[in-house]
Amino acid sequence: MEERIVIIGAGQAGAQAVATLRAEGFAGAITMVGDEAYAPYQRPPLSKTYLMGTMDRDRLFLKPDAFYTEAKCELMLGATAASIDRTAKTVALSDGRALGYDKLLIATGTRVRKIKVPGAELAGIHYLRSIADVDELRPAFKTVKNLVIVGAGYIGLEVAAVARKYDLNVTVLEAMDRVMARSASKPVSEFYERVHREAGVVFHLNTGVEGFEGSDKLTGVRAGGKTFSADIALVGIGVIPNCEIAEAAGLKCGDGVYVDKTCTTEDPAIFAAGDCTRHHGRNGDLIRLESVQNAIDQAKHAALAMVGKPTPYNEVPWFWSDQYDLKLQIAGLAKPGDQIVLRGDPGLRKFAVFHLRDGAVVAVEAVNAAPEYLIGRKLIADGATVAPERLADLTVPMKNIV
Amino acid sequence: MPKIKYVEHNGKEHDVDVPEGWTVMEGAVKNLIPGIDADCGGACACATCHVYVDAAFLDKLPPKSDMEETMLDFAQELEPNSRLSCQIKVTPELDGLTVRTPKSQH
Repeated sequence: MEERIVIIGAGQAGAQAVATLRAEGFAGAITMVGDEAYAPYQRPPLSKTYLMGTMDRDRLFLKPDAFYTEAKCELMLGATAASIDRTAKTVALSDGRALGYDKLLIATGTRVRKIKVPGAELAGIHYLRSIADVDELRPAFKTVKNLVIVGAGYIGLEVAAVARKYDLNVTVLEAMDRVMARSASKPVSEFYERVHREAGVVFHLNTGVEGFEGSDKLTGVRAGGKTFSADIALVGIGVIPNCEIAEAAGLKCGDGVYVDKTCTTEDPAIFAAGDCTRHHGRNGDLIRLESVQNAIDQAKHAALAMVGKPTPYNEVPWFWSDQYDLKLQIAGLAKPGDQIVLRGDPGLRKFAVFHLRDGAVVAVEAVNAAPEYLIGRKLIADGATVAPERLADLTVPMKNIV
Repeated sequence: MPKIKYVEHNGKEHDVDVPEGWTVMEGAVKNLIPGIDADCGGACACATCHVYVDAAFLDKLPPKSDMEETMLDFAQELEPNSRLSCQIKVTPELDGLTVRTPKSQH
């Protein structure tokens, strides 16, 4: 009988897996199950150009419909995978249907973390993860005046930048002592906080939300003993990996589905890729990444493993964020305790922060600084050692840094 | 709609109508033209949508930003007519543009 691959999740990783499976000559059947109404689409523009209204929905899709037809990939959209039977090798859908598989890819991604405080169910409180979320948020931006953003991470700050262009009053409440505290170094956090303040965004740091106020719809956000007037709120406090289905099937999970270097789970017939996985990073640390790069690269490696060509995943992680006229590009993973080297002047809106561990470059955060980012990425891949004074010296071009 | 001709590394040609306002990269991706990966989806963050632009059109293109210039510096097999296709917005002036894809984007 024809070999059958089932992919749970119709996102960046799922779409890439289909492409790689066919490019590698997989001739069997492929079925992709997605719980949203849409074929795989790009999420990064959602909080940027799609929210701004400068990018149409049509342009978000990763592949045209013809791709799935040509790849003979059956798309089951608006369908939720409920459970996996590893003995029978079937996936049960919540509507009662069951799909048999020879190999299974779990690419279920993440869902937003919901805030659990009084009033959290009031109308006017938004999250941002999907097309549907933005389709609700964008019209609201055109009619309201006061937006309170809960959480100063990428989503919160990217939405703040767009909301200022809509001329909304934007207040950002953040429980930590700086913006992007989870992902950025202190100099980068300070820079972005300043840029947003200059654009008119009001920040309250070290300010945890205590509750939302309003009778039928939101009127205010209570935090730090004060009430901030709010017509709408956007909550961006992180995401949770969708790994319950794997866990219920007895696969090892813990903030993500555990996979080895070839993106294979404990079950040799089950693979996982993207935001929903936990894997050993380049330095051996157990990590879970939330990024386009990881989704694409893990999906490629999972597909290779599925067609019997397992290869270890060792790519340097990379990320980006667009806010105002600034492009932040990050490569590698920093850790507390790394030596930090600043190259360039944040005041000129063009600089980079390098992270060194035992003398070797392990991460770079570059703001409008492509050479630093690109060469930094290569230095990280090579495990290169560079003297901090040299990295900090703008008279040494990045090309000649080693 | 402006017509763009995509020529694969092996010489295979694809004539495609690309809506104004889209990028040359999007025209390729949405029409399944092989050879343009565009991992980042057009954010000028990955340099995997490198193309060679027909010399006759070089002057009609928007100038390269610093970001594109640097990203290209790291592309394989860079040529004077190399561009990142995600940075070229399709306009009526670009009707008839020919771009060629390189051997590899990585």
